Amino acid sequence: MTGQPREVDVLIVGAGPAGLAAGAELAAADAGRVEILEREQEAGGIPRHCHHGGFGGRLDRSAYAWASAAGSAYARKGTTGPDFARRGVAAAVAAGAALRTGVTVTGWAGPRTVETTGPAGPEQITARAVILATGARERPRSARLIPGTRPPGVYTTGELQQAVHLYGLRIGTRAVVVGDEPVGHAAVATLRAAGVHVVAVVTDRTAPALRLRSPRVPLLTGTTVTELTGRRRLSGVALRHHDGRTTTLRCDTVVLTGDFVPDHELARRGGIVLDPGTRGPAYDAAYRTSHPGVFAVGNLLHAVERAGYAAQEGRAVAVPVLHRLAGTEEAAGAGRRLVVDAPLRWIAPNVAGPDGARPVGDRFVLRTGRRLPRPLLVVSQDGRELHRQRLLSTAVPGRPFTLGAEWVDRVDPDGTDVRITAR
Amino acid sequence: MTVTLTTAGPLPPLDDAEATYDVVVVGAGVVGAAVARELARYRLRTALVDASDDIGNATSKANTAILHTGFDAVPGSLEARLVREGRDLLAAYAAEAGIPVERVGALLVAWDEDQLAALPGLRDKAERNGYHASRIIGADELRAREPHLGPGALGALDVPDESIICPWTTPLAFATQAVRAGVHLHLNCRVRDITPDADGHTLTTSRGPLRTRHLVNAAGLHADGIDRLLGHDVFTVTPRRGQLLVLDKLARPLVGHILLPVPGPAGKGVLVAPTVFGNILLGPTAEDLDDKTATGSTADGIRLLREKGRRIVPGLLDEEVTAVYAGLRAATGQEDYRIQEYPGLRYVAVGGIRSTGLTASMAIGRHVMGLLTAVGLDPGEPHELPPLTMPNLGEAFPRPYRDAALIAADPAYGTLVCHCEQVTLGEIRDALTSTIPPHSPDGLRRRTRARGGRCQGFYCGAAVRALFEEERP
Repeated sequence: MTGQPREVDVLIVGAGPAGLAAGAELAAADAGRVEILEREQEAGGIPRHCHHGGFGGRLDRSAYAWASAAGSAYARKGTTGPDFARRGVAAAVAAGAALRTGVTVTGWAGPRTVETTGPAGPEQITARAVILATGARERPRSARLIPGTRPPGVYTTGELQQAVHLYGLRIGTRAVVVGDEPVGHAAVATLRAAGVHVVAVVTDRTAPALRLRSPRVPLLTGTTVTELTGRRRLSGVALRHHDGRTTTLRCDTVVLTGDFVPDHELARRGGIVLDPGTRGPAYDAAYRTSHPGVFAVGNLLHAVERAGYAAQEGRAVAVPVLHRLAGTEEAAGAGRRLVVDAPLRWIAPNVAGPDGARPVGDRFVLRTGRRLPRPLLVVSQDGRELHRQRLLSTAVPGRPFTLGAEWVDRVDPDGTDVRITAR
Repeated sequence: MTVTLTTAGPLPPLDDAEATYDVVVVGAGVVGAAVARELARYRLRTALVDASDDIGNATSKANTAILHTGFDAVPGSLEARLVREGRDLLAAYAAEAGIPVERVGALLVAWDEDQLAALPGLRDKAERNGYHASRIIGADELRAREPHLGPGALGALDVPDESIICPWTTPLAFATQAVRAGVHLHLNCRVRDITPDADGHTLTTSRGPLRTRHLVNAAGLHADGIDRLLGHDVFTVTPRRGQLLVLDKLARPLVGHILLPVPGPAGKGVLVAPTVFGNILLGPTAEDLDDKTATGSTADGIRLLREKGRRIVPGLLDEEVTAVYAGLRAATGQEDYRIQEYPGLRYVAVGGIRSTGLTASMAIGRHVMGLLTAVGLDPGEPHELPPLTMPNLGEAFPRPYRDAALIAADPAYGTLVCHCEQVTLGEIRDALTSTIPPHSPDGLRRRTRARGGRCQGFYCGAAVRALFEEERP
């Protein structure tokens, strides 16, 4: 069943921080009909249900702002998630973008034609430029391969926050939080807001990514979840410490936090090339994917960075999209891939564009799989060193660190992949 | 249409003075539901009772969801006959009732010379079971038909009629038709004791006493326990756990057929199969246990499945795991069903219904009906059941979210709630007000697929639960 065909100039899939910012910027630049599709009934994305502060401030660290959740002074900077979401929506609408909620993109019908469905029926929308801003999600219990029974009471932070802040649902009495990334602290705050006693925060890291700002909650490091127990309701979480000790924490709720993956299904259904590290679309500094006229922004590209960063990317995509609409862009897909060596996990952007474009803030973002005190980052191509840079701080898993972009114009467009190594 | 469905409180008194059912079926899995549906065709007072809060809530919900041809059954066994008959019955019924079935075909893949040498014997066995369409294919044809298969596959037995089916819609369809035709359904009703007398049986249940003239034991894993309440010691059900991994829908293009292992000395092995929901299934393990409630997965089981899966279709392991579950097969240590009638007791035991039970369910229903007559039930003349159309959960068939006419008539069918599985508000609302509504969010998932997808509720979990609790606080 093909839907009603329509044409727009720019189609943005996803009205989270990145999609809304892109829509606002492009509509303000008179890019023609700029349409933002949001599958949820309300636009705003993940910040809609992050009831802590820190959004949009100078220290807007994450969609699940880590510092504010644990009650630090940073909370006073910026605003709350729902307020940030409302401001993003208002800005896009005021600029003249057409924001349509409750409309889901279900697939592709052409290189820049998507199929949608919604209460008004199926449609086929063709755009001169498509911007994918579908975001990221936390991996659920099944994808983490945690054995045991399948009782109710098992959450991701996203589901927990929605249950508490959007629907006012009952959660439980005693909870264990798995993961000590910033989002884990947000989960603790949400559980407390729902009147749930937090038994412990559990992490498999031997040293925590950041110091827990809440001394009331025990932090168990070097510990993995080996089993969930209970039938009609979760009854406990079995744990094993690296030294072999085991125990079971009695609880009726467990929140599996962090471990974000890009929501890349639409990109993959369209055959867009992914980066093996981020699992999001491979992209260059102009946010071009492997498909001409299809751009990508926000946490779809790198799960996850802070909401403010995603919004910044949304604004930054406007210029390359305007070039595309004007017929003045460089061909996409002609750049060199940027690949990282372990323990580095990924770099973003991960293609050096043909036009030597520099990423937002003149910096690449990276993640590591293990703790690296003051690492030396070396960029090379075909055995030729392009750049080296000593980080002055410690790179830790789950937190971004950056690499300057001054070497980008030294990349040989006819050479092989560019390698980034940490020593 | 008066529907009698109870889930709590004392069992309702029967209308007539005697307060006695003609038949009580214990166990509302796919077999018990099929028996109840068969009984619903007659003017009988029938009750279907189950210890859990839903139909199809144990082994029937956690299997490999294959509609078998019976090509590999033990020739001449009751199982072979009922699978063969049941397959045709269920295939026809599924088409009529809107139960998704896809005839994807199976390939029994030989990975070494011993397995390759076993293929002709399996083909001959299929012939003896009355299945004549299987043939042996070579490595090249196998590779052409399954290009993502791991290295080293030498050939396969092609069984083109093996199909996949929705395991959740099937028992629900049987039970819905039965209940609409007047069968009483009592859930959360565990049978604790049975006292036979001259006229029948008095069942002591967790919800009070129940009288019946005839009794059918379709209690699956607990069929031996029910049998012992009647003084028998004929069989023992040893739960055989099968753990399974469900892989993301993005893995679906990697697998075209049901990829079966060649049975060997090491057991039946692990299969890879598409599901009607568009995922890929990997499993099952086979672990003989004592505990009939041990439906948890284990680290060892998951590790084993991933090892086997990597060998069969290496690309599978790059995809996300959408679900991990475990089901318990009702093994009895005998390579056949254990269906036995007891005329003196007006009782039929339906035991040892193993992994083929879904396929054979309708034939088992007919067989049991015949046995009930043999133990003294006078059913009278059968009548046709009003036709039934179940909501479609299959990817290969039209779904509401793409149906312009349906959405124009009711925008709720264009309002997506579960995005990963494209489940609409209209479908959720329909399930919550259906003849046999769900009594848990999991029951809602089995009726709609809501929150059964890759995000497992990250996006929609709270919304789905809110809808459920609004309808059933």
